[in-house]
Amino acid sequence: MENFERRFLLHVPSSTENLALIRDFVGNIGKQAGFQETELSMIELAVDEACANVIEHAYGLDQTKEVIVRARLDADAITIEVIDTGKGFDPGVVEHKDVKRLMAERRSGGLGMRMMKLVMDEVHYQMIPGERNELKMVKRLRKE
Amino acid sequence: MSSSFAVHTSQQGPITILALDGFLDAHTAPRFEEAIQTEITAGRRGIVVDCGKLTYISSAGLGVFMSFIEELRDAGGDIKICSVVPKVLQVFEILGFQSLFDIVDTVPDAVNRFSQTSSGQKG
Repeated sequence: MENFERRFLLHVPSSTENLALIRDFVGNIGKQAGFQETELSMIELAVDEACANVIEHAYGLDQTKEVIVRARLDADAITIEVIDTGKGFDPGVVEHKDVKRLMAERRSGGLGMRMMKLVMDEVHYQMIPGERNELKMVKRLRKE
Repeated sequence: MSSSFAVHTSQQGPITILALDGFLDAHTAPRFEEAIQTEITAGRRGIVVDCGKLTYISSAGLGVFMSFIEELRDAGGDIKICSVVPKVLQVFEILGFQSLFDIVDTVPDAVNRFSQTSSGQKG
C-alpha cells in the first residue's frame, strides 16, 4: 500500500440487518490495506461484534438511531472506530466469566467484547457522557 | 451483500440434522435459535448441526449453541457439530469451543457419536 493515510466513513441505521453491510465495508478496506484472508475475517468479526453491541445494548434495537464506523489506514495498521450516542457502559464492570461457566448458567452474554480483545491488537472504549461512546480497535499489518 | 442465512431440518431416526447455510450473526441467530427450540419442544434431544455451508459466525451464533447445550445434556441429549469450514472453526477455537462441544468431520460421524456415548454427551 502507498504510504499515506486514508480515511473511510460509514453511517448506517441501527439495525442488525446492516451488520452484513458493515462487515463488507471494513473487509474491503482491510483488503485494500493488504491484510491476509484470516486477518480480514478477524477484523470483520471484531467490527460485527462492536456494532451488534451498539445496536442491541447502546440503542436497544431502536432503528431510528445511527451507527457510525470510521476506518483509517496507514502504512502500519487499520484503526476502526465504532461510534454511537446511546447508552454507554463501563468496560471495567463487564463480567469476564469463562465460556464453561456461561454455559452452565445458560447464558451467552459478554462474548462480543472478549472476542474483540482476542482478535484485535488493541481495543479501547471511551464514554463521553451526554455526547457519544467510542470503541476504537487497531489491527497492525504483519510485515515480512 | 453477505447476509443470507437458512436452516434446513431433516431427521435420521431419532436424530435431527440442522444444516446451516450462509451467515450466522446477530441478525440471523434468532432463526437458528427457533430451529433448535422447535426440536426441543417436539421432545427431540439429539441434534447434529451441519456447518458445511456455514460461511460466517459471530458470538451471537455461538451464543445459540451455548444457551441450549446444558438443557439438552441435562435431558440426556447433546448437540454435535460437524463439517465446519476453517474460517468458522477458527472462531469456535478462539473461545475454546473444541473442548466444550463434540466437533467432528462429517454428518455420519456426528450421528454415530450419539450411539457411541450412552449419554450422548462429550467427555
